[in-house]
Amino acid sequence: MAALQIKKGSTKHSAYNLRPTFSDTKERHTLAVKVDNEPGVLARVIGLFSGRGYNIESLTVAEVDHLGHHSRITIVTEGTPQVIEQIKAQLGRIVPVHEVHDLTVEGATVERELALVKVRGDGEKRVEALRLADIFRANAVDSTLESFVFEITGTPEKIDAFADLMRPLGLVEVARTGVAALSRGA
Amino acid sequence: MVVQALKDQGVEVVFGYPGGAVLPIYDEIFLQNDIRHVLVRHEQGAVHAAEGYARSTGKPGVVLVTSGPGATNAVTGLTDALLDSIPIVVLTGQVPTFMIGSDAFQEADTVGITRSCTKHNWLVKDTDKLAATIHEGFHVAKSGRPGPVLIDIPKDVQFASGKYVEPQKIEVSHYQPQMKGDMAEIEELVDAIENAKKPIFYTGGGVINSGPAASQLLRELADATGFPVTSTLMGLGAYPASGKGWLGMLGMHGLYEANMAMHDCDLMINIGARFDDRITGRIDAFSPKSKKAHIDIDPSSINKVIRVDIPIVGDVAHVLEDILKVWKARGRKTNKEALAGWWKQIDGWKAIDCLKFEQKGKTIRPQYALKRLEELTKGHDRYVCTEVGQHQMWAAQYLGFEDPNRWMTSGGLGTMGYGVPASIGIQMAHPDALVINVAGEASWLMNMQEMGTAVQFRLPVKQFILNNERLGMVRQWQELLHGERYSHSWSEALPDFVKLADAFGCKGIRCDDPADLDDAIMEMLDYDGPVIFDCLVEKHENCFPMIPSGEPHNKMLLGEASTKDAIGSSGAVLV
Repeated sequence: MAALQIKKGSTKHSAYNLRPTFSDTKERHTLAVKVDNEPGVLARVIGLFSGRGYNIESLTVAEVDHLGHHSRITIVTEGTPQVIEQIKAQLGRIVPVHEVHDLTVEGATVERELALVKVRGDGEKRVEALRLADIFRANAVDSTLESFVFEITGTPEKIDAFADLMRPLGLVEVARTGVAALSRGA
Repeated sequence: MVVQALKDQGVEVVFGYPGGAVLPIYDEIFLQNDIRHVLVRHEQGAVHAAEGYARSTGKPGVVLVTSGPGATNAVTGLTDALLDSIPIVVLTGQVPTFMIGSDAFQEADTVGITRSCTKHNWLVKDTDKLAATIHEGFHVAKSGRPGPVLIDIPKDVQFASGKYVEPQKIEVSHYQPQMKGDMAEIEELVDAIENAKKPIFYTGGGVINSGPAASQLLRELADATGFPVTSTLMGLGAYPASGKGWLGMLGMHGLYEANMAMHDCDLMINIGARFDDRITGRIDAFSPKSKKAHIDIDPSSINKVIRVDIPIVGDVAHVLEDILKVWKARGRKTNKEALAGWWKQIDGWKAIDCLKFEQKGKTIRPQYALKRLEELTKGHDRYVCTEVGQHQMWAAQYLGFEDPNRWMTSGGLGTMGYGVPASIGIQMAHPDALVINVAGEASWLMNMQEMGTAVQFRLPVKQFILNNERLGMVRQWQELLHGERYSHSWSEALPDFVKLADAFGCKGIRCDDPADLDDAIMEMLDYDGPVIFDCLVEKHENCFPMIPSGEPHNKMLLGEASTKDAIGSSGAVLV
């Protein structure tokens, strides 16, 4: 039997080129996942994302129902509509997962994130930083003669905007909590 | 407590291997006679044996192994069971709770290691929760899409006494997958069934996992509608090979008529299959003209690979029952005229006779060996399992399965070394049946230590080895893709299988002449005990038909002549 002629370097062709993409546009979705608060549940969720190659933009988790031992994981992820559907279905398969809500498609939501922003500077920059903080309704929660730590709450975009403005004024570091989200209305 | 929980779950057989961290449970086993324990020779063998047991009975298989290496050796079997949706419950010992995290002797992070290869797993730190966790484990393993679960039990938890809870008394689990399909979708599918001109049923392992009722309903629906049926490797036997709608297996090494029908159909009804890449071939050219329906109990299988038009989430038996009910109530309509034309087209493809071969000369061709095996064992109460490779595909092509749960093979993971232990598990479940492991010599060697188990427990498993002294499938791909450079794909220094059989204390038979084959097979069948059958076959045989990687269904290769330039460069990266 004749051997097949395969050009050298053919492995640069990825198998994924053969897959039809259902839709190319990537969307950002916020998912709320109600889980049993048991050891390893977060590892299962994170393992799912890393094992199947999904993105995590932010993730928060905390127990929300002490008596029922339930935690709420809020995940912001990005992907094509087909990938988002897969993520939801795969999350739903995890045994300690009770509910998966796609807040992005289930109607209006409130999304909030808290950030601590450290800024170092003096003179005009210091005054400007305080003025901007006032506009953004950020509070100074720590202050020295050459630095501030601001506490700011808002949408991720608002925090991004605030951090961008602080950069030329001496931004040192930012700590963010990740998004917490709830659907609007009763 | 563990043994009591297993008894209450109806467990009759446990496959296992003792070690320090499970001694208290082994002590319990010693003190009772209800549950039989099968001592394997390697923990991987225990899990595959449990898989064989589970696949051939529909009941969960149970494994008991120790901590550390016992648990890590079980990982391959767990992954195999996960990919093929086989219900098994693995109990592992663990170091005492107060030593966890101290790098103790034979300590491993078992739940961490097995998190991604089980459906779910638990570390039980409280004896009072042990019984309830075991019951929940059985529930999770069996419900929905079945799969492996693992329960890790520290030694101090095994020693302590706690409160036992019976299965009926545990809290109802929140894990309750949807069984009934959506009626609106079912109505839509019935519409499609009534109007289809070129329909096909594409069935998978889900039909078998759903239970015997599902296979029965599939037969009823297929025969009443007169639609053709093809099946994945995992689904063989759900529809009988002698049934009038049967087209044979589809996929990479599936039958020509099955793949052509899949490509040309206008209605594809996927029942409990998952559009695996071995089935679809090139996805953007997969069955381009068809409306696709997909019945699956696992919502994540739907629209994962192929976008479908009619998704139905539910258990196969429940959904098929509803389809039949609705279809009958609406007057059992099909497009008979178009169907007759469709069958004429299919018969044209069948006439190609893609499995034909000629047995010439003094060397046994593997296809001939399997054809003779089929002829001589057809009437038996027969269970067949396989290893992985060319022989597996030939077995799927040339053996006929009339009933579900009669065919056990490692499909999703493709685990070489699956067959020998699986045959042991099957024979344990069906002591009087004929159990044959169709093997290649290389796969067979991977878990051959389990022949000791077969001999110890007097399990008359028949090891039918198609010995080509090659890793045949690897060799075939090297021939097709890598310029006939056969890098490490031959088996040198093979043992003498007849002497090996002798060493194990079972019977060995060697056959290398087609003229002697029938007698040799009969000798194997007549022998009351385990047999290692060394069938020396043609060394350079390739497995056809074949869909080359990266090509659609209608680009099948039927034989040697058609292989030149068959795989394009983009197909070469696919496995």
